[in-house]
Order: sequence, then C-alpha cells, then structure tokens
Amino acid sequence: MSLYHYASPATFYPLAGRLVPWFAALAVVFAAVGLYLSFFVAPTDFQQGEGYRIIFIHVPAAWMSMFIYIVMAFWSAIGLAWNTRLSFVMARALAPTGAMFTFLALWTGALWGKPMWGAWWVWDARLTSELILLFLYVGYMALQAAIDDPRRADRAGALLNLVGVINVPIIYFSVKWWNTLHQGASVSLTRAPSMAQVMLWGMLVMALAAWMYTIAVALARARTLILERERQTEWARAVLKEQA
Amino acid sequence: MLRFLIAVIRRDILLAARRRGDWLTAQFFFVMVTSLFPLGIGPEPAMLRTIGPGVVWVAALLACLLSLGRLYADDHRDGSLEQLLLAPYSNALLALGKAIAHWIINGIPLLLIAPVLGIQFGLPADALVVLVLSLAIGTPVLSLLGGIGAALTLGLRGGGVLITLLILPLYVPVLIFGAGAVDGTLSGTGAEAHLSLLGAVLVMALLVAPWISALALRVSVE
Amino acid sequence: MIWESWDAFWAMGGYALYVWGSFGATLACIVGEVWRVRRQRRQVISRLRRLQRFDSQ
Repeated sequence: MSLYHYASPATFYPLAGRLVPWFAALAVVFAAVGLYLSFFVAPTDFQQGEGYRIIFIHVPAAWMSMFIYIVMAFWSAIGLAWNTRLSFVMARALAPTGAMFTFLALWTGALWGKPMWGAWWVWDARLTSELILLFLYVGYMALQAAIDDPRRADRAGALLNLVGVINVPIIYFSVKWWNTLHQGASVSLTRAPSMAQVMLWGMLVMALAAWMYTIAVALARARTLILERERQTEWARAVLKEQA
Repeated sequence: MLRFLIAVIRRDILLAARRRGDWLTAQFFFVMVTSLFPLGIGPEPAMLRTIGPGVVWVAALLACLLSLGRLYADDHRDGSLEQLLLAPYSNALLALGKAIAHWIINGIPLLLIAPVLGIQFGLPADALVVLVLSLAIGTPVLSLLGGIGAALTLGLRGGGVLITLLILPLYVPVLIFGAGAVDGTLSGTGAEAHLSLLGAVLVMALLVAPWISALALRVSVE
Repeated sequence: MIWESWDAFWAMGGYALYVWGSFGATLACIVGEVWRVRRQRRQVISRLRRLQRFDSQ
C-alpha cells in the first residue's frame, strides 16, 4: 500500500507542496557553505591563479547535467514498465533543469577556456559530449512540446530518453576517441589543479546544493503538471477552490 | 516469419519504384549538398581532401533524414500501418523490415554515388574504397536509428524538422567512426579500428532499434 | 583570510570577468527558472479556475 499510496497524485500533490520549501531551504544552506568554501577557504591555485574557482560551479553543473539525464531515464523506465503516470511527470519535470545545468556547464567551460586555452571554445572531449547532451535534452523537450496528448507525450518522451541514455556512453566514448586522434586540448578543467582536499569538498557541497535545488524545482513543476492533468478529479477541484 | 519480413521489404521497394520522383530527390540532395562545400570553401585540393570524408558523411546523414520522414507516414495516412501492426508477427519484425527497405532504397544508392563525390574531393583510390566500406556498415545504422525517430514523430505537426532534432545527436558516433575510418586511411594510421567499432554499433542497433521502434509505433498509433 | 581587501576579492586576481561571469550566469539561470516555474503555476491555476467556472455554468 505504502508505495502505491505515495504514487497516487492525490497524495503526492500536497506532500510535494510541503517538501518544496524544505528542499529549497537546504539548497540555500548548502549553497552558502559551498560558496564560502569556494571563495574563502580554498587557496589560490599556483598555476591558474583565481581563475580556477570556476570549477566550483562548472564541475557540479557538469555532474548534474549527466545525473539528471540518468534519473530521468530511471523514471522513464519505471513509467514504461509499471505504467505509473507520476514517474512520467517526474521525468518531464526534471528535463528543463537538466538542460539548464548542461547549458551552464558549457557556459562556464567557455569562460574557463578563454583565459586557460586562449579560446572560448575548444573541441575538448568533455565539452563536446556536453554539447551533444544539450542536444539530447532539447530533442526530448521538443518532442514533449509537439505532442498534445499527454499519454502519448509521456511514452514517446520516455522511449526517446531511454534510447538517449543507451547512447550517452557510446557518444562519450566516440568523442573521446575522436579527440585523441586529432590531438585536441590536453589540459582539462577537472584534472588541471592538483585536487586539494578542500577543493573536492567545495565541489561536493556545491553539487549537494544543486541537487536540493533540482529536487525543489522538479517537485514544484511536477505539482503544476499533475494539477493540469487531474483537473477533472474531485481533489483537484477542491485544490483549485482553495486557491481562491 | 522470414516471409513476412520479405513481404514488408518488397512492398516498400515496390511503392518506392512507383514514386521515383521522391526517391530521386533525396539522392540529388546528397549530390548537391556535397558539391556546395567546395564552392563555399574554395578549390584548394589539399583542403578539400581533408574535409572530403567529413562532408560526404554529413551529407549522407542529412540525405538519410530527408527520406526518413515518410518511412511510416504514408502507411499511417492510408491506414495500412494499423493492419501491418495487427499482423500475427512481432512488430519489431515490421520495424526491422521497414528499416532494411529504407536502407535498400536510400542507403545503397548513396554507396554508389559516394565514390564519384569522393573523386570531386580528390580522395585517392584506397580512401574511396574505405569510404564506400564505411558507408556500407554505417548507413544501415542510420536507417535503424532513424526508424525510431520516424515512429516517435508519426503524425505530428512539424514532424520533419522534429525528427532531425531527435535523431541527429544519436548519429554522432556513426559520423565519428565513419568519417574517421576514411581519415585514418588518408593519414596512414589505418581504418580497421574505426570499421570494427562501426560494426559493433551496427550489431547493437540491429539488436535494439527494431524493438524500440515497435514500442514507439504502438505509442504513436494507439 | 586569503583576500587582503574587498577590492581584491572582486578583482579575482585579474580573472573577474571569467569568475563572475560564471557565477553570475548561474545565478541568473536559477532566478529565471524559479520565476518561470512560479509564473507557469499561476497561469495554469487561473486557467483551470476559469475552465471550472465555465463547466459549472
């Protein structure tokens, strides 16, 4: 009963509403600690000066962009296997945030590359894979937007998501292979500084903040999606009355 | 089972033979796109030889996408797709047959045209052989993966543009290994590794893509 | 303390454009996304309420 209980939209909607502020608050706390670590505790890098501090945003953003795609695939697989509408909603609610983190990973990568490599864009294996990941997110969202029937949109998006997640390792491998053949940039943002303990902690705390933020935003987005889809039901009508 | 597969393939080839105009469009598109590159970049032979493999491969991807939009659309419109899906065989078999037919109709002509285009870019004979070989292994993957996109976007407004958005990122490994094989021959590092990786991708696509296409068809048609 | 003054902090050892460009873009994205999620919620609720009134009439 318990799992199915929480998977029912009528239970999930108010529960998510109560959870969002908590996750948002946690995100703020972690972000504050993370920013303190990245700007006031982590020492200056002897090679890259202060410019390396970009990794505290770049690396967590890159992690999130990949994790979110995998989490989406997890929800998609559950949705297809057990036909649970809520998991499709979760996958859909996560996509824009995943795309945002992918964009940020690219943006910060470019801002880091300019002073370090002397160019805004280098066809480095990581940056290139990240760009293709952004294309995958865009494709997923475009497909969802093009289909009016939510049932079909859910399933079609889930299938595309699963095909994408099978492809991500192949794409990453092929891009890496291509990059080594063409002797691309050898310095990488994540490898460059001799990873001091405090830097690792900074990145981990920032990643935690990003996770909490993602959960809060995805839950809020899922609430809106659920309300829209369940508008004919008793509980949704009651919720709408309350909003007056 | 094999009979059903062959029937699906034959049907598509017959239909394509009746509408030769549509079929020629995709082939001429392939020729024109590749011919535009020297005009945009300049006739310098050394430069053309370096970009040649990549240009031919990218044009092949685009030409393949151009014809994919109609893979299921015509059958969907006249209702025969529903009939085919109700046939007492696995829908994956139908998707496999459709992809094979698409490859025979659109992939094999590319293999025949590609050497001519390669000569335009000044590729030497051994590179031309590898180019055809890489296209022979790679284009079936394009048809198989493209079938998933065609099934997902079936009957949607703007489906033609949407399919490029969905499928092009998935084509990246094929492009890298395919063009890389020809580059390897040109630079003397050899093409075997690229071609065997391309072969591995083909095997995976053969095993996975028909099933996913079948699921996607059921989602889109129901 | 690693920073001698606030000026030194904002200058980021000459990397101000890159460091603040990264953190600023992140902040802008987050603020924008939160704003969009809220606006979407308001819009959906007002639309559904209108639908509901229409149905009950």
